[in-house]
Amino acid sequence: MLKVLHAGMMTAIQDGGRNGFRHLGISLSGVLDLPAMKTANLLVGNRLDDAVLEITLGQFHAQITAPGWLALTGADCHALLDGKPVWTGWCFQVRPGQTITLTTPKHGMRSYLAISGGFDVPRVLHSRSTDLKGGFGGYLGRKIMDGDLLIAGEVRTMPSRQIGIRQLLFGNRVRALPGPEYREFSADSQEAFWRSSWQLSPQSNRMGYRLQGRTLTRNTDRELFSHGLLPGVVQVPHGGQPIVLMADAQTTGGYPRIACVIAADLFHLAQIRLGEPIHFVQCTLEEAHAAWLEQTRYFEQIAWQLDPAHQSAIMA
Amino acid sequence: MQRARCYLLGESTVVLELEPPITLESQQRIWGLAARITGYDEVREVIPGMNNLTVLLANPQRSALDAIERLQNWWEESESVVPVSRDVNIPVIYGGETGPDLNWVADYAGMSARQLVECHSSVTYVVFFLGFQPGFPYLGGLPESIAAPRHAEPRLSVPAGSVGIGGKQTGIYPLETPGGWQIIGRTTLVMFDPRNDPPTLLLPGDNVRFVPQREGIC
Repeated sequence: MLKVLHAGMMTAIQDGGRNGFRHLGISLSGVLDLPAMKTANLLVGNRLDDAVLEITLGQFHAQITAPGWLALTGADCHALLDGKPVWTGWCFQVRPGQTITLTTPKHGMRSYLAISGGFDVPRVLHSRSTDLKGGFGGYLGRKIMDGDLLIAGEVRTMPSRQIGIRQLLFGNRVRALPGPEYREFSADSQEAFWRSSWQLSPQSNRMGYRLQGRTLTRNTDRELFSHGLLPGVVQVPHGGQPIVLMADAQTTGGYPRIACVIAADLFHLAQIRLGEPIHFVQCTLEEAHAAWLEQTRYFEQIAWQLDPAHQSAIMA
Repeated sequence: MQRARCYLLGESTVVLELEPPITLESQQRIWGLAARITGYDEVREVIPGMNNLTVLLANPQRSALDAIERLQNWWEESESVVPVSRDVNIPVIYGGETGPDLNWVADYAGMSARQLVECHSSVTYVVFFLGFQPGFPYLGGLPESIAAPRHAEPRLSVPAGSVGIGGKQTGIYPLETPGGWQIIGRTTLVMFDPRNDPPTLLLPGDNVRFVPQREGIC
């Protein structure tokens, strides 16, 4: 369905992630920007968490080899279909022989390309996500390379017309809850964590975002035993510079946890570029839950509106 | 009874943490609790750690606050279950190219290479939990006499199957990875294969013995 002519810096097949195997040391994987994946899938008539392409920093070029629909979401990326601009947040119909080109995004970091039917690779441990460290899942367990041929799965519902969806806006303010070891940090460090800005270091990747800023100090040297980890946990190793765990993070670790980014705001991090500042905003458990419910409801509403059954009802 | 505290990690996860020390008995109770609550409606996923248990909730918006108390109660009702533990023998080629740090560790421990191999392979280890990599076992039971510090600079690449010592721990790298442990040997067994069910060779609670092979020091 898509022949990749130029794969770019880092492109991989991801879906909603590989849940249920962390007790065996198997990471979550999956897209970093969940709302962008969901939007792209809804636009082309897929299930919310069907497999999409996660394209880091654009520079992607592919030829279409079968008719269908594509949708592009996420980073603000100038994209062209046969040389004509296509908009992020919209779906568009494609014919064999056409080519799609993504340039480097002006804002944001990661683009998501969905195809009607979803990208069809075998499910490994219940997921189509690529585990890049483990070398399994996705397309042959690796990132996409020039010349790869990507096939679409069976189409559920084909979009009836070209439509767009308002995408969730990404920014650099990220809400977080204090973590289990928050109170073990000095009062200064607690304040610095929320008040000062953090720079995304070049050593960041899909496992973890390393942040640079004020040195955070802990008032105790109590050693922690290895405990379960999940994306969003903010660890502080001995050097005092925090690391936000991302989708490919290892499943256990033993560094103190100063905070935990709320699920609804993790997608902002997917779009922050190296060197850009990040601000953590303290919130409450109630706010965290409300934010997630609001995001979930947003996608339920869009799914309802896009459902052909409801569209014909509205038109009648 | 060993004291436990429960707390939230983020908005959708609750953690049970036991007071030190780490004992096999309390770890067995953690495995028992993990097995019992896996499959509960309100539980999405359970990750056993060292002396702790992390529980991802299925409906955190409804149950997060209650979950703290509920997990505490589940723990108090739980009993130490000695799981149907399996005995797994791991053939290891010690020393040579497959165990480049063996001589260094032997020197460090004041032993001959052969004594080190005998010491490392004379013990029955217990898989406390899996983490770090798919199927990477955290093994309890390393004799203190052969506990050796990690490399100051981790190797850029350690081959899959490498058996190492890092401080008071010993383990097996299932995948090729950068790593700082002292590598004393290698097994040809596949520790992780996503096509298998379960995908990992070892599971928490397994008893592990290393069996020196003729191709290496034994």
